[in-house]
Parts: sequence; C-alpha cells; structure tokens
Amino acid sequence: MDLVPLILMGNGVILAARKILETAARLPEWDKVLSKVWAGSILFFLLVQIPWFHFIQEWFGEIIYLLLLVTVYLLRDYNPARMFSIALLPYAGISVLVAIVHFIAPSFYKAYTGYFGPAEVFSVLWLIGFGTYALVQNNKERKQRRKEEELIRAAEIRKAELEHLVVARTTELTAQKEELEKTLAELKSAQTQLVHSEKMASLGELTAGIAHEIQNPLNFVNNFSELSLELAQELKEEIEKPEMDTALVLDLARDLAQNQEKINHHGKRAANIVTAMLQHSRTSTGKKEPTDLNVLADEYLRLAYHGLRAKDKNFNAGMVTNLDPAIDKVPVIPQDFGRVLLNLINNAFYAVTQKKNQAPEGYEPTVTVSTRLLKSEMVEIRIQDNGAGIPKDLKAKIFQPFFTTKPTGQGTGLGLSLAFDIVTKGHGGTMEVESTEGQGTTFTIRIPL
Amino acid sequence: MKILVVDDEQDIKALFEQRFRREIREGAFSFAFCFSGEEALTFLREHPSEAVLILSDINMPGMSGLELLRRIRENAPEPPPFIVMITAYGDPEKQEEAMRLGANDFLNKPLDFSTLKQKLTHLT
Repeated sequence: MDLVPLILMGNGVILAARKILETAARLPEWDKVLSKVWAGSILFFLLVQIPWFHFIQEWFGEIIYLLLLVTVYLLRDYNPARMFSIALLPYAGISVLVAIVHFIAPSFYKAYTGYFGPAEVFSVLWLIGFGTYALVQNNKERKQRRKEEELIRAAEIRKAELEHLVVARTTELTAQKEELEKTLAELKSAQTQLVHSEKMASLGELTAGIAHEIQNPLNFVNNFSELSLELAQELKEEIEKPEMDTALVLDLARDLAQNQEKINHHGKRAANIVTAMLQHSRTSTGKKEPTDLNVLADEYLRLAYHGLRAKDKNFNAGMVTNLDPAIDKVPVIPQDFGRVLLNLINNAFYAVTQKKNQAPEGYEPTVTVSTRLLKSEMVEIRIQDNGAGIPKDLKAKIFQPFFTTKPTGQGTGLGLSLAFDIVTKGHGGTMEVESTEGQGTTFTIRIPL
Repeated sequence: MKILVVDDEQDIKALFEQRFRREIREGAFSFAFCFSGEEALTFLREHPSEAVLILSDINMPGMSGLELLRRIRENAPEPPPFIVMITAYGDPEKQEEAMRLGANDFLNKPLDFSTLKQKLTHLT
C-alpha cells in the first residue's frame, strides 16, 4: 500500500478511536500522546524518504496498531474498549506470528505463504466485523448512557426543585414558629395578668372582711387596755391605803395579768390578719414554709365570711370548724395555699347562698372546714357546704380555666383551676370534689407532710 | 337585773365582767353570756323570764342577731324582754329591719360602755 493513504488512514483510525473511546476524558495523559500521532506521521514520512530508513515504511501500520492495542489495554475496564480488544487481538496475534516466522524461518514462510495469506485475510475480516459490531454496541451504549444522563439530569433538576421547595417550606415554618412563639409569649403575659387580677379580685373580697376582722380584736385591745389603766389606778389606791385589802390587791393583779394576756392575744390576732392580707397580695415566694394549717384555715374562713358579709348585707351562713389539733406545722406556700382555701371557702359560701335564695324555710346554710392528720404522712383539708351542689355534667369542667357558672363579671373562672394547680403542681397534693345536686359539695385536699 | 349578752366573740364575757365589775359586785346587774343565736334560744328556753334585757350582736355566723330577735318575738315570752341590737356597720337598713322585728334600741360597734351603762341604769 502507498504510504500516504496508509498514514491518512492510520491517523483516521487513531482519531476515530480517540473519539469513540473518549480518551480525552478517560485517559487525558495518553490522549496527549495520541494527539501527537499526526506530527509523528509527518516525521515518519520524512524519515522514510531517507534511503537507509526506507525499510521502516512497513512498520507504520504496526505502530498505529500498537498504539490502538495500548489504548484498549489502558481502557480494559471500559466495556466498549474490551469489545475493540476482541476485534483487534486476532489480527495482532497473526501479524506477530507472521513477522516471527518470516524473521526466524524465511524459507518456511515462503513455502507456506499460501496459508498465512488467508489467515491474515480472516483476521482482517474479523477485525472489520467485530470492529463494526463493537462500534454498533458502543453507539447503543452511548445512547443508553445519554438516556441515563438525561434521567440523572432530570433527577437533579427535580432535586434542585425539591430543595428549593424545602427551603421555601422551612422559611414558611420558621415564620410560623416565630409567630406562634410570639403568640405564646403574649398569652403567657396575658395569663400572668389574669392571675394577678384574679388575685386582686379576691383581695378586694378580702378587704371588707379584713376591716371587720381587725376591728374586733382592736376593740378588745382598746377595751382591755383602758380597763387595765383603771385596774392599775385602783391597785395603786388600794396599796396606798394604810390597811390594804390583800385579797383585793391580788384580785386586781390577777385581772391585770389576764387583761395583758387578752391584749396580747387580740393584738396577735390582728397582726395575723394583716400578715395574711400581705401574704395574699404579695407575689408568692414559691417557698414552702412550716405553716399552722389550722390557723390558716380558720383565718381564711373568717375573712371569707366577713368579706361576703360586707358585700352583701343579707349574706349569712353558719361556719363550722373541725380542726385536728394533732396537725403540727405543715410545709406549704402560705400565700398560695391561702388562695386555695379562700377560693374554696368563697365558692362554698356562694353555693349555700344560691340555695338559700331558693330553699324552703328551715334551710340552714353551713360551711364546714375540717382538717385531719392522715396516717400516710398526709394532711387532709375538707371544705364542705350544704349548698346547691354541682350538676353532673358540669363536674368535669369545674377545674378548667375560665369556666364559671357565675354571671358575667362576677367570676374570672380562674379560681378553681388556679387552686387545682397550686395543690397538685405546687404542693404535690391531690384535690377531689364530691357533689350531690341539691345536697352540697365537698372539696377534699390532701397534701404530703 | 339579769342581762343576756349574745356575741360570737368569747372574750366579750371577760370584757363585760370587768366593765361592770362594780355593778356586778353591788348586785345591780348580773350577766349571762351566749356565743350564738342558737345557744341564746336554748338559754331562754331553759331559763324562762330570767333575762330582763337582751343585748345581741347582729353579725354572727349561723343564726344572725336579727333571726334571734324574730324568734324571741315570735315565742313572745312574758314579760317581753327589752332587746338591744348591736351592729358593726351601723347601717340603717339593718336598723329598720330590727325595728320592724321588734328591737327596742340600737348600739353601734365599737361599744361605748359609758353610753351602755347610762342606758342600762336608765332602764332600772
């Protein structure tokens, strides 16, 4: 074959191989070598023109062939490349065999040329056939890959869309969350205000009761101190007498002592009431203090009674206390627990008043506060009334915030729910209600010692 | 003269006994004390015609002073006791009602013992 068409064809084959096998992407280093084949071809052509090197003319095809083999070998993990190697190898084998035979045993070669020729023809046909097949396969594969790439690209687009959507949703959710947090903060502050106004409302109810409750002990203090002055004067006069009546002096001294005791007692009583009021209005310290529950219960019963009395002159109800002297000081948060008692007692008085307004003659409205030391390291406080009772369908709702049966403006509906929270959350206790419609209601609180 | 004092404050007894010490010693007055309306009714039932004068607080838990007044007037013991009502709030409605129920006089809290003494002396 002439050299020029051979060189052109060889370069064409290399170019085709580079394109088909995508060597630029798969073997960038090797591809640089392949890209210089045309320059090498020109050099080769010039070299061949020198008579001494003329013989290398026949090597061109082999060099190209070798380059192809190396390419295919380097790409042995790539499926189409393997196909090509199957196409290339038989011709390579036969060519090498022919060359070796030609070199070692020229006579043998000459004698059997007739056999080598068809073998070479066969391997060339094989090369063409299999090469074509490999090309077709390669095309198919490429199409397949393109399809896959398209799918991947579509998936990527979808993914990007989804990510965008996720970001949008996240932003939306964050905004919602912030809004909810803001609302929650507002609700919390509203709740604090409501709790405060509930407290102040019950303080208002207390005020009248407190005034009355303080007036009584103060009257006693005033009276007994006035009397004591008189007694002291009398005592002085008696002692100054030449013959003093010892029995009378002793009598007077005893009375004086008794009066001081009374003054002290009633002074303390007034002080307790003031303390209770201050405790009630003060923000709860939230600290448990050893508290005399019996005194607390008695005080709040009286305060509630007189408070209602001051608001409604016609209000009246019997108060019974049933206090267990075995109860020592109990750890409670005094302000909070006082509110619980005040609320329950106020409710009890409200219930008996309601019934009194409808009840037949002879109904004796009575509110009973009892305390009891239980064996299981618990204290029980019961607030019992013989009032209207709670209808069954309302019983489940009474501890819910803002539930009230009172006319608008008369109850916040927070009293019992706060009381329930204070007993259960604040003191780890329990609060139960028993009620029979028309017969009365009993609230039972149990708190641990 | 026997005077029945009705008040829910226990120490009212010690107070009256000292305020009227001289009168009690001299035998001018004698006092009985009841600490609720119910107790007063029982006392009156068990000691008929003993108390000439009844001094009652209006504002008491359970049976109020007004209810006590109504019951006493209803039972109409002989001779009818002189009834003086004591009210803490000094409110005219209560006084009117007490009047309607047959009270003879009123006193306001805090009790002014010199006024009370005058009234009692005047009665005897």
